[in-house]
Amino acid sequence: MTNLAVEVAGIKLKNPVLTASGCYGFGQEYNRLYDISRLGGIMTKGTTLEPRLGNPTPRLAETPAGILNSIGLQNPGIDRVIEEEIPWLRQFDVAIIANISGYSFDEFEEMATRLDGVPGVDALEINISCPNVKGGGMAFGTDPNTAALVVKRVRAKTKLPLIVKLSPNVTDITEIARAVESEGADAVSLINTILGMAIDIKNRRPVLANVLGGLSGPAVKPVAVRMVYQVSKAVKVPIIGMGGITSFEDAIEFMLAGASAVAIGAGNFVNPFTPLEVITGLEEWLDKEGIKDIRELVGALKA
Amino acid sequence: MVFSIKAIILENQKILPDFYRMVLAVPSIAREAEPGQFVMLKTSNTLDPLLKRPISIHRINKAEGTIALVYQVIGRGTNLLSQITQGELEVMGPLGNGFYWKKDYKKVAIVGGGCGIAPLPALAEELVKDGKEVYVLLGAQTREKLLCVADFQQLGCKVQVTTDDGSYGTKGFVTEILQEFILNTKIDQVYCCGPLPMTKGVIKLTKENLIPCQVSLEERMACGIGACLGCACKVRNEDGTITYKKVCHDGPVFTSSEVIIDD
Repeated sequence: MTNLAVEVAGIKLKNPVLTASGCYGFGQEYNRLYDISRLGGIMTKGTTLEPRLGNPTPRLAETPAGILNSIGLQNPGIDRVIEEEIPWLRQFDVAIIANISGYSFDEFEEMATRLDGVPGVDALEINISCPNVKGGGMAFGTDPNTAALVVKRVRAKTKLPLIVKLSPNVTDITEIARAVESEGADAVSLINTILGMAIDIKNRRPVLANVLGGLSGPAVKPVAVRMVYQVSKAVKVPIIGMGGITSFEDAIEFMLAGASAVAIGAGNFVNPFTPLEVITGLEEWLDKEGIKDIRELVGALKA
Repeated sequence: MVFSIKAIILENQKILPDFYRMVLAVPSIAREAEPGQFVMLKTSNTLDPLLKRPISIHRINKAEGTIALVYQVIGRGTNLLSQITQGELEVMGPLGNGFYWKKDYKKVAIVGGGCGIAPLPALAEELVKDGKEVYVLLGAQTREKLLCVADFQQLGCKVQVTTDDGSYGTKGFVTEILQEFILNTKIDQVYCCGPLPMTKGVIKLTKENLIPCQVSLEERMACGIGACLGCACKVRNEDGTITYKKVCHDGPVFTSSEVIIDD
């Protein structure tokens, strides 16, 4: 029997396939299509201290093998997430990783404090990389000192494992990864979306109402694999790899590059069953290859 | 219940210069589908175009287990779709919330414009079956872009048409004939689907005349099931607060009193 179970940041996952924050809500929509207990874990929609409406529409633009989005962290706010979304999710045998996105150090601290001890929450994912909000989000994730300080302040407020979601919109992602590791991050997740833009040449206007957006989908996969590879060389903490995964082969690529687990983001939009197909595909492939334990793949790149 | 399955293509024909009619054998979706709902169609087996395309359901035949779609070829996705003439197609649906009606409605009006006319025959069929007197007011730019007139006539609806250029029916906008029509006929409910300026006009007229109105909206979508939050629509809640609803999941049909359409 092939082992698919992995451990990341002290969280035991029955398989290494998670769903990425912002692409899966809080699981309710997909649970209408299949039993979400089959996933390794769910990284919940980015939550802010106060409810947020998000950005004006159009918020989406399809690009070659990719999607540009400028949703802007539309979410019901931390209180409703704690009162309604987490308790609902708790009924499933699936790891819950709560993604938090602050506009100030205080907000990050406050959300971490409120989530500490909430039954069912297995870890926090600190979002310092959302490109679609002003005065927060990515501003925390593009400077190593600021990124480190967010982690330090959150670390002091919670015993939960901390996963820091890194922005690809930096010159050297390893610098940020090392900075958050040094302040107690238990894992890093990467990549968030790549800042992008699309223009409607007929009316000479940006397609997105927000002008800029974050690119995800298969178009970003080579960039994501490269960054996972670089970060895996730079830090000791485990990596959750994501960026354009739509097949089990993609997942293996990320694991060979150094990811201990993977997350499916835009792939859910392309085909809602993508996470399940990746899990089944991994199982069959490992079996066929005679690999007894999926952990053998992590960082097993020959280079 | 939402299904994500392979449907057999029974027909995919050009009906007007920019429009195609597709008939899919997909019994599970046909059984569950209601007027105003939509499906997501995979247009390619490659990663480009990446996303499925949301297309409204034009007719539902539960007995034969088929649904018909009428779609306009606008971009790459619909262009690819128009080229698939046989075989199977990946379909997810039925999605969203459709139109509703009550037993005591006697006379109802359906107002459609452009490709927004496509989902309305399925609605008209159910309303006629339920014994309503159904008035249909249609608008199009020109005769060659006018959809479904025959569908409504065969169902026994009373149809009036406007075209921008006067090439069919009355020259002008459909909102102009709606204005005249609601002055002379007592209507219990208006149903509307069309371009935004038309929808805005219909909302304004029905509001002024105190006629309840349901509108079907369109927005760019990625997932189609309420997860991506791409297709946000601004709404006014009962307590006066303003929030976003999801066109794919809470809509595409909304009551006109809740939606806020920005200029």
